Amino acid sequence: MSTPRIGVLALQGAVAEHARALQAAGAEVSTVRRPTELQGLDGLIVPGGESTTMARLAAPVHLMEAIRERHAEGMAMFGTCAGMILMADQILDAEALTGFERIGGLDVVVRRNGYGSQLDSFTGALPVSGLPEDDLSPLQAVFIRAPVIESVGSAVEVIASWQDRPVAVRQGRVLAASFHPELTPDHRLHQHFVQLAGARLNS
Amino acid sequence: MTTEATTPATEATGATAVNTGLAQMLKGGVIMDVVTPEQARIAEEAGAVAVMALERVPADIRATGGVARMSDPDLISGIIETVSIPVMAKARIGHFVEAQILEHLKVDYIDESEVLSPADYVHHIDKSKFKVPFVCGATNLGEALRRITEGASMIRSKGEAGTGDVSEAMKHIRTINAEIARLTSLAEDELYLAAKDLQAPYALVKQVAREGRLPVVLFVAGGVATPADAAMMMQMGADGVFVGSGIFKAGNPAERAAAIVKATTYFDDPAVITEASKGLGEAMVGINVADLPAPHRLAERGW
Repeated sequence: MSTPRIGVLALQGAVAEHARALQAAGAEVSTVRRPTELQGLDGLIVPGGESTTMARLAAPVHLMEAIRERHAEGMAMFGTCAGMILMADQILDAEALTGFERIGGLDVVVRRNGYGSQLDSFTGALPVSGLPEDDLSPLQAVFIRAPVIESVGSAVEVIASWQDRPVAVRQGRVLAASFHPELTPDHRLHQHFVQLAGARLNS
Repeated sequence: MTTEATTPATEATGATAVNTGLAQMLKGGVIMDVVTPEQARIAEEAGAVAVMALERVPADIRATGGVARMSDPDLISGIIETVSIPVMAKARIGHFVEAQILEHLKVDYIDESEVLSPADYVHHIDKSKFKVPFVCGATNLGEALRRITEGASMIRSKGEAGTGDVSEAMKHIRTINAEIARLTSLAEDELYLAAKDLQAPYALVKQVAREGRLPVVLFVAGGVATPADAAMMMQMGADGVFVGSGIFKAGNPAERAAAIVKATTYFDDPAVITEASKGLGEAMVGINVADLPAPHRLAERGW
């Protein structure tokens, strides 16, 4: 079985944390700031950070369009927090993102900073379905000025919820979470993503 | 809403994962000083990851003198309402009531800052008493670790604010890097003396020696005025940069701000930094730190 090659979008944000988690999950990791760096990737993580900053940095090099094209060709995607916002088909309170290209492809409606300001940031333990070996032991989730998933389309599977709201979802080869699995030592979601990205390789 | 703790990012202080985590989300970004909601909007439009609300930018604090304090709460609320990115605001060193006000206003981060006039020349704010995170300045590793011990979730090297002279920023990041590198080379039984010399807790010193980096995010501040300055700080290993007077004291703030954001992301690519540096108009005039009489050096505030 060959090792899946996973990129981390490195315009801004928690890049090193994702890279470390991916390495621990057995992937070959590289960073992506230019469209050419998407070549040969089986998967791409779009990290947490500021979606407004990333959208502006991506625009001059048409990076969001390139990611969308590579995803259409089969590259898996995993978005956390800001990354999920950039993958969502619809964003509420998106004024600061107006006019900027996004990735899209995930049939959800999200609300930026929906959980409030930093004083409302929180952590919680939650079970995630579909992890390797159906391991449902709770995963520590860190929510930081997190986006709320307001609703999901029919093709979207909710794999984790917090207080009756979806906080992690999967749609085909797209994975997304409101929280930050890269900040805790539990790498099961990254392992899940590496398997998802690698599935095409080995099929 | 539950707040059960995850693994603390710093074993020795218990700074919370959400507070050190927000700083991690700002990495690779530029935090810009703003004094009005309009400036905050310009900063967000240029790609800032956060804005720092204050009454006067450091260059103006220098020019007008007098006691510099926390901003008017109305101004801070106005900025919070205007932008979607995190809003930071400055409190005076040791002024825990200004910090209480800023927490009540729901700012996302408090900067206990030497740029304002200190309120206490002996004690810093006990930041562990607050739920809101703090960023603090440091000129060396010992100072950084003392601030982390008090509860800071993020450190910025001080530089010399309001000068547009990057030499002090360079000195402080080099000092911190060198002191960390030295710790990693020491034998374990030498770390007790190192902790004594650094005037920092042994547990934190041991953690830094093992990991080869600060336990929290380290930004650079104080004198960054051009895309090249920002890229140099990133090449020195900074996690990101604060730009104070450098943007809104320059000829073309919106373009300069966007150019600094770009140079921070592509810090290792001279072609991009060159392009970003073109046609920005006048940079802030600036003051050479060497020409500043010692009592006017802000970096010497805090201990």
